[in-house]
Amino acid sequence: MFQEFWQKFELNFIADNRWQYLTNGLAVTLRVTFFAVLMGLFLGFAVAMIRNAHEHTGRFKILNALCSLYLTVIRGTPVLVQLLLIYFAVFASVRVDKAFTAILAFGINSGAYQAEIFRSGIQSLPKGQFEAGRSLGFTYFQTMTTIIMPQAIRNVIPTLCNEFIVLLKETSVASYIALEDLTKGGDIIRSRTFDPFMPLMAVALIYLAIVMVLTYGVKKLEQRLAKASH
Amino acid sequence: MAETLIRVEHLHKRFGDNVVLKDISVEIGKGDVVCVVGPSGGGKSTFLRCLNRLEEPSGGHIYFDGVDICDKKTNIDLHRQHMGMVFQQFNLFPHMTVMKNLTTAPMKLQKKSQEEAERYAYELLEKVGLRDRASDYPSALSGGQQQRIAIVRALCMQPEVMLFDEPTSALDPEMVGEVLNVMRDLARDKMTMIVVTHEMGFAREVANRVMFLDDGEFVEEGPPDVFFAQPKSERLKSFLGKVL
Repeated sequence: MFQEFWQKFELNFIADNRWQYLTNGLAVTLRVTFFAVLMGLFLGFAVAMIRNAHEHTGRFKILNALCSLYLTVIRGTPVLVQLLLIYFAVFASVRVDKAFTAILAFGINSGAYQAEIFRSGIQSLPKGQFEAGRSLGFTYFQTMTTIIMPQAIRNVIPTLCNEFIVLLKETSVASYIALEDLTKGGDIIRSRTFDPFMPLMAVALIYLAIVMVLTYGVKKLEQRLAKASH
Repeated sequence: MAETLIRVEHLHKRFGDNVVLKDISVEIGKGDVVCVVGPSGGGKSTFLRCLNRLEEPSGGHIYFDGVDICDKKTNIDLHRQHMGMVFQQFNLFPHMTVMKNLTTAPMKLQKKSQEEAERYAYELLEKVGLRDRASDYPSALSGGQQQRIAIVRALCMQPEVMLFDEPTSALDPEMVGEVLNVMRDLARDKMTMIVVTHEMGFAREVANRVMFLDDGEFVEEGPPDVFFAQPKSERLKSFLGKVL
């Protein structure tokens, strides 16, 4: 039985250097996730700031309406549909890098969720923090930058990290546009060796291992933040 | 009465259909220590919060140092620098040390140097007996200590008036005294103070004027000896009967 396992292992991973489908795929997955997260951070932060400023000061009416539209559309439609739309419709007539398309789609998608995370972080603070800042004479923006955001960001770091973990797994749907990420890598091996179990199992295990490591890291981070804060 | 610092004219405040303040007019002179008392929900806190526009008044005018701060063209942030406020829940900034809590606003808003801001902060900390807590975070302090720090934070901006919104209501009974002592010292130093409070003893002892606010109206006011001993209106009589 062990011999049979070894034969399959050799066929799927060793022969023709097929393991490289997995390592190269993993590199693509990590790269896409990383840049999508980064893009989502910027988008999410900006959207949260605009929405909050509008709520408090009444300014940025048009921008705020755009942000609301963005949140509604992105959170109301499947990420796969968004990815396909961007790849086949928006970039229909131009040849663009698939990884770039994926980063764009997942970044835009993640931004909507991160915006809500930032907003909940702001809203979870007692109203008195904001009022204390304003009562000292700080403007709305000074209050946000010196008093509210340092606390809000610290509060949402664990939740943001979890969003990154979710996104890592979500990028697997990029196989739909034939991006050769980790999932696609396993699938290519399957199509070569006609053995679905081992390569896809390997893919699953790799995702699982990364997620477990990241989850552990988030837990440690949470404990450190809890200890450091008040 | 001394020179007028705050003049309130026909102040109205509604939350939706709910009228909280009905046509309030009052003058507060420099050095006045005014205690505002009355039943819960009577509009005391709302009145106080209208004075620095933490609540936006629905109508009327508030003149502070002769400037109408209800005017939309007035830069309220500038005026708030001269109006210290102390909250029921202290509202210290938990991510800053005590010293940072005290010096951030003077340094950012009044362009004081760190050295200057800290020197003044230490001076005030000394007065409230908390000089040794400068490098602590607020969470390491008791409620009474936090509230004393909150008072110092407001004082660090060298305000012309101090607004107190039920400063002892969230405190354990044994800590009320230490906060009231600080406020008593402040009154002795001729700080203008407007204090929303349930501490009748403090009002009687420290205030030079006591105001009774009930159901959104200023019913009655007077110096404490008259206010407490010879209430005129039935509403104040019934209120004092319950609390004294």
